[in-house]
Amino acid sequence: MENVQKNIHTDEMINKIPVRLLKNKIYKGLFLLAALFTFILLVVLLARIFSQGASHLSWDFLQNFASRRPEQAGIKAAVIGTLWMMAVVVPVSLLLGVGTAVYLEEYAGKNRMTRFIQMNISNLAGVPSVVFGLLGLTLFVRVLFLGNSILAAGLTMSLLILPVIIVASQEAIRAVPKELREAAYGLGATKWQMILRVVLPSAIAGILTGSILAFSRAIGETAPLVVIGIPAFVAFLPKSVFDSFTALPMQIYNWTSRPQEEFHFLAAAGIIVLLVILILMNSVAVWIRNRYENKY
Amino acid sequence: MALVAFKTKEKKINEQAPVERQTVYSTKKCNLWYGNHHALKNINLDMKEREVTAIIGPSGCGKSTYIKTLNRMVDLVPNVKTSGAIEYRGRNIFSKDFHVEELRTRVGMVFQKPNPFPKSIFENIAFGLRIHGIKNKKLIHETVEKSLRQAAIWDEVKDRLHDSAYGLSGGQQQRLCIARSLALEPDVLLMDEPTSALDPVSTLKVEELIQDLKEKYSIIIVTHNMQQASRISDKTAFFLNGEVVEYDDTYTIFNNPRDHRTEDYITGRFG
Repeated sequence: MENVQKNIHTDEMINKIPVRLLKNKIYKGLFLLAALFTFILLVVLLARIFSQGASHLSWDFLQNFASRRPEQAGIKAAVIGTLWMMAVVVPVSLLLGVGTAVYLEEYAGKNRMTRFIQMNISNLAGVPSVVFGLLGLTLFVRVLFLGNSILAAGLTMSLLILPVIIVASQEAIRAVPKELREAAYGLGATKWQMILRVVLPSAIAGILTGSILAFSRAIGETAPLVVIGIPAFVAFLPKSVFDSFTALPMQIYNWTSRPQEEFHFLAAAGIIVLLVILILMNSVAVWIRNRYENKY
Repeated sequence: MALVAFKTKEKKINEQAPVERQTVYSTKKCNLWYGNHHALKNINLDMKEREVTAIIGPSGCGKSTYIKTLNRMVDLVPNVKTSGAIEYRGRNIFSKDFHVEELRTRVGMVFQKPNPFPKSIFENIAFGLRIHGIKNKKLIHETVEKSLRQAAIWDEVKDRLHDSAYGLSGGQQQRLCIARSLALEPDVLLMDEPTSALDPVSTLKVEELIQDLKEKYSIIIVTHNMQQASRISDKTAFFLNGEVVEYDDTYTIFNNPRDHRTEDYITGRFG
């Protein structure tokens, strides 16, 4: 009996299955290790900060202004200052960032100029924050005479995180299906109505995901604040965005650079406060995002 | 008295006159290029109101391009050039003073893939009204119900108007999209292969719906399905390589085509 010529040997293929399953397991293990490594690092970092700082956390610590004596030093001015600064950063960076992204994705022609601008925006995301500090110092502090005010610092931080927000928003806008745009146009919508009612509601979740990361960076950045001359020792609360202020990272940086060990513990306590503010702020953003994501 | 008598007389004349169907779309020497690709070649077609016009032809023959040109959806494609004229009720749709927004309000479109918005069923229908600035809640409610009834989907969705449109089946989504177009009470309905993504039962429902709708609307439908064209349309245009090979009564096209290429296509010899 003549066998049918077979190019594929099913038995051989089946014999190889255990090897493939083994590889399958190995890769799963590798990814688990990567995740564990990150997680352990985070736990170590948090454990160190909490063991040093938790005992120095108190109502007085939150209520007191800066002081030369560690036992009297508090973080009030820095907390309020950071909140003021973020009140400038969030609206300015969102409006400019999302606006730029909408222009680039929806209006700008797909030509060389757009690609050039696009490339530059992506590159800006990698520019050291000190450089943004220098830009802020020149533009906002000196040319616009804003001094070392909340506004100057907030605008500088906005510039710093703008590339991240633009790129994230562009990705989110690009992901809105073409069919939905056509549906809106098909009903006689203008371009702006289509953007406002179809593109932005669908993209908002993605825009916020990117923005959360960007805001977290703005809240923790120190270098630009140092460059534009934000003081670390402030014993009053700002009354408007034109007032001088200090921010949490400045205060923490100042404390860690002092010789007395007592101040290092205060710095750790400051970091805990910074983390709590970060978590609170991000929770709000995540809540907004989920509201839009889960609705339909 | 005299006035009344005159009116009655006029009415009688109207009743006796044969149904005069006006032309909704008149395409004159229309050409279209995607960059260097000549996608529509010298198209000349007249389409009448309250008729179903089917456009058939093999893939890439320009039938989708043509229907998308009728409401200028083709503008969204970069590097498109057109020449000639397409007149909608006597007005050239390419003219500067005919806004695409007006054209697309008068001429509704149903797409190949159901494309409901990620909103509730109610808001999907209300969308068109809202973008045209209608805020009257009673009017919106009435229009939503009327449109869903016209699209023969009211009974299936009336108890869940505020649920997501994404929870509907594909066939229901497509009828929802038809209802969404009807909410603006358009003059013409363009349908670009509206049943190609649907199962046979849903397809039948949409076809029945088209039969009902043609009493009030002019319908232009692109279809891959020859049986569908012969079942539902009054006129059929056969496109091939960007040209109209033959345009006639559907019965003539399917039973007595003049061009051998039409015959080859409808008998399944190519395409």
